[in-house]
Amino acid sequence: MAVSPGLGLTTPPHTRPRKARRSWTGWGFLGPFVVIFLFTLVAPVIYAIYLSLYRDKLIGGNSFVGLSNYITAIHDPVFHTALFHVLLLLFVQVPIMMALSTMAALALDSSRLYVASLFRMSLFVPYAVPSVVAALMWGFMYGSTFGLVANLNSAIHIHLPNPLASNYVLAALGNITTWEFVGFNMIILYSALQSVPQDRYEAAAIDGATKFQVIRAIKVPAMRRALVVALVFALIGSFQLFAEPNVLKSLAPNTIGSAFTPNMYAYNLSFNGQEFNYAAAIAIAMGIITMVGAYALQVGGMRGDN
Amino acid sequence: MNADVRAVSAAGRSARRKSRPISVTTPRKSVLLTLVMGLMLFYTLTPVAWLLINSTKTQNSLSSSFGLWFSGPFSFFHNIAATFSYGNGEFLRWALNTVLYVVLGGGGATILATLGGYGLAHFTFPGKRAVMAIIIGAIAIPGTALAVPAYLMFSKFGLTNTPWSVVIPSLISPIGLYLIWVYATEAIPSGLLEAARLDGASELRIFLSIGFRLIVPGFVTVLLLTFVATWNNYFLPLIMLSTPNWFPLTVGLSNWSNQAPSAGGQLIDNLVITGSLLAITPTVIVFLLMQRYWKAGITAGSIKE
Repeated sequence: MAVSPGLGLTTPPHTRPRKARRSWTGWGFLGPFVVIFLFTLVAPVIYAIYLSLYRDKLIGGNSFVGLSNYITAIHDPVFHTALFHVLLLLFVQVPIMMALSTMAALALDSSRLYVASLFRMSLFVPYAVPSVVAALMWGFMYGSTFGLVANLNSAIHIHLPNPLASNYVLAALGNITTWEFVGFNMIILYSALQSVPQDRYEAAAIDGATKFQVIRAIKVPAMRRALVVALVFALIGSFQLFAEPNVLKSLAPNTIGSAFTPNMYAYNLSFNGQEFNYAAAIAIAMGIITMVGAYALQVGGMRGDN
Repeated sequence: MNADVRAVSAAGRSARRKSRPISVTTPRKSVLLTLVMGLMLFYTLTPVAWLLINSTKTQNSLSSSFGLWFSGPFSFFHNIAATFSYGNGEFLRWALNTVLYVVLGGGGATILATLGGYGLAHFTFPGKRAVMAIIIGAIAIPGTALAVPAYLMFSKFGLTNTPWSVVIPSLISPIGLYLIWVYATEAIPSGLLEAARLDGASELRIFLSIGFRLIVPGFVTVLLLTFVATWNNYFLPLIMLSTPNWFPLTVGLSNWSNQAPSAGGQLIDNLVITGSLLAITPTVIVFLLMQRYWKAGITAGSIKE
């Protein structure tokens, strides 16, 4: 089984043509994809690696500096803070979201819900909402001038904290990403549950298994691969977080700085600071961290397979 | 109705209930579980309801009313008209740009992924193993990590601030190609293709008349994914485009929202809200209508043993 460094994806079982027709015809179909793939994905990676090894100096111009940009990043407190923010989201928000998605998928699969199709369809709707709009909506609702928080405060005479204050802004952000993806993950997990053959449940019923034993011994193992894939998606999403904090920034300029996440840092280094070389190093470093994390997740998730 | 009849019919009901096979597949419905899921539904739909309700308010009543109920003059249609006319009709321009990027970028990505996935599933050719490894690896490369280097490269070619700078990177969907590859492997028996080859049909003709027809559900799934991905794209156009004339809706709306609090700027929260509602309507409708396609396809690849 070929295991990729990325998602928990494997190459599909190959149905080999009866006579191994080894010709160039296949390139006719794959060619257009590969050409654009090289131009928009491979070339920028190579170019970014090249950029990250150079530095533009006022005196002396462009010069090769080896890994110096990466070493700068390792000691850069601004980068540390940005990385800390996304790691916190990864280790706090993602588990909460996955727990919610898992419970929702189990509930859908249990056939014990009234109007199950309403739940299945509605919970997935936020996936179709652009992250910009999600951030705008929640940003308005968080707002202290005409948001729901202000409404609640004046309606029942309490004083809820401002969700966009510095103590809560990460939670506010985590809530937006949870809202966006909880239904998406639910669908991935639910589809895995649906693929469990019915006779497994019948056998369990004959053996007198309780509901929780069925969940523990049949349903949770059935979801494991799907859970790894969902976690890898969540990991990539967390490390690359940009749109939501960048949109919220205008509502909370004092708490969301221009380097709130690594991606915002790279963006602002490039477009407000013209430090393209250092920005490229940050981008490549984040790419490597993402791949390592995805690989670790996959290895951990596959342990005990077979 | 007398007591006897009632008793008989009650007995009949309970007999029916007893005779229903106690099956693991159709357990009793649970009110409690439905209520718990109802809470989640409430959480999911509240922001959408908020958006709908507040798109009916004027800028003034926005700030003076409870967020989750209607208030003030009903100005939904006025807001829509104002959204389209504000700033010389730039909202309409952004909407058309978005459609352009979705059709060229998302549509193109789906076609390339379909051709490539079919090629990987049913042909053996030199370099195939390398291509497979690189494509699977690329799924994990986050597109946003490449946006800055892609911008620098595109600016060397003079492509930035043109529609091409948004369309060309959107043409590649490694996950889409992967899904078609899995789908085509399962759905097209290679014996069928061999038979057509023996009949002397050209490879293109075989693809169009046999292969493509069998993978239409996979094709639609990938079309949905790329449609949503390009419609919702923000980071790439934000980096590549500098003149509002080429903005898609996402970048345009966030620009409107940024301009509102700035000193001297006219408050246009009502337009940001109405514009947001207009921006999510097409994707939500398309997704709800096409449920059965993505449900089958989206996970086909990821959960395969």
